[in-house]
Amino acid sequence: MWRRARAWGMGLWRTLRLPSRHYSLGFLTVAGFIAGIVFWGGFNTALEATNTEAFCTSCHEMRDNVFEELKTTIHYTNRSGVRATCPDCHVPHNWTDKIARKMQASKEVWGKIFGTINTREKFLDERLILATHEWSRLKANDSLECRNCHNYDSMDLTRQGGRAAQVHKLWLGTGRKTCIDCHKGIAHRLPEMTGVPQG
Amino acid sequence: MRNKPLIVAVALVAVLSVLVFSAGWMFGKVRARADNAQAAAAAPAPVDARAVFVPGDGQIDAVRRGVPVDQEGHPPPMARVENTDIKRTRAYPMQPPTIPHTIDGYQVDKNSNRCMLCHARANAATFQAPPVSVTHYMDRDDQFLAAVSPRRYFCNQCHVVQTDAPTLVANGFRDIDSVLSAPPPGGQ
Repeated sequence: MWRRARAWGMGLWRTLRLPSRHYSLGFLTVAGFIAGIVFWGGFNTALEATNTEAFCTSCHEMRDNVFEELKTTIHYTNRSGVRATCPDCHVPHNWTDKIARKMQASKEVWGKIFGTINTREKFLDERLILATHEWSRLKANDSLECRNCHNYDSMDLTRQGGRAAQVHKLWLGTGRKTCIDCHKGIAHRLPEMTGVPQG
Repeated sequence: MRNKPLIVAVALVAVLSVLVFSAGWMFGKVRARADNAQAAAAAPAPVDARAVFVPGDGQIDAVRRGVPVDQEGHPPPMARVENTDIKRTRAYPMQPPTIPHTIDGYQVDKNSNRCMLCHARANAATFQAPPVSVTHYMDRDDQFLAAVSPRRYFCNQCHVVQTDAPTLVANGFRDIDSVLSAPPPGGQ
């Protein structure tokens, strides 16, 4: 068995090492180029397809728990109609960071297959751990996904509420705190927060 | 060219599929437009009977707002929460102070209390917020607790925001100072 597999593998290797016998160099180059375009386009299309709200909410774990909670918040409905979808906050926009996050997300596929949070009770039990993942991710990248839209340099503090302007200037403007330090739970409900600093 | 019939067949299939696709596209558009028109026609025409709103002195009809009973009035605009951060006068000494800012989306439940993020005694200085009074830490036997007493935990039981909605019902309340300073009715 092992010997046959080895013979087959060696045969394949020998074939691959041989120069092309029928196809011209030009054909191979052009065909490789076109195949590359098709592969790259297909890869990115599939990647973007998994980066949509429709994809995230196609699982009941997301649709019935966190998406329902998002619907009441300002990131889902507001006066100007600009809205954030799941990947706007939970997936980095930069390509390399996005791929890194997508590789991490294979853990979530595992969780889906084995039903880690497939009931409301399991989800609530796991919620603090899951939320802590996101908080530490945003803390580590200085709230990058918030700042994709909310730029401190573009904030008109005079148009903010008095308290908001004061606190933003004191803590965000000086770089002592980042967005997620104070704004935990703005898009979803908070888990049991005993012992978690919120301000 | 041995494969000529094959090439012709492939080309034909390609042309046909393009035709079928474009036909489906066009018919789908027509169908969608027809559906939209049907939905628009089905909705009842709104009765233009805008509410006559008369704030000021005296009572006004809070239920129908002056709209005849056989007509449907438009609802009044949604009131906005006052967000001025200016402390309001209390109408009587033990009145729970009203909240001078918006509290949209503040989570106050078993898991977390957004109000106490700023108004807890430990955080008040950081956020320049008035800390909750010491009575909030007392249980019903006046014993002090380390954390906010469970019976005082839900802020909105006593403290509420104020909106710019016109008052629907006249109010003759006078606070104790104005009662005391008024001249006695019969004279002395």
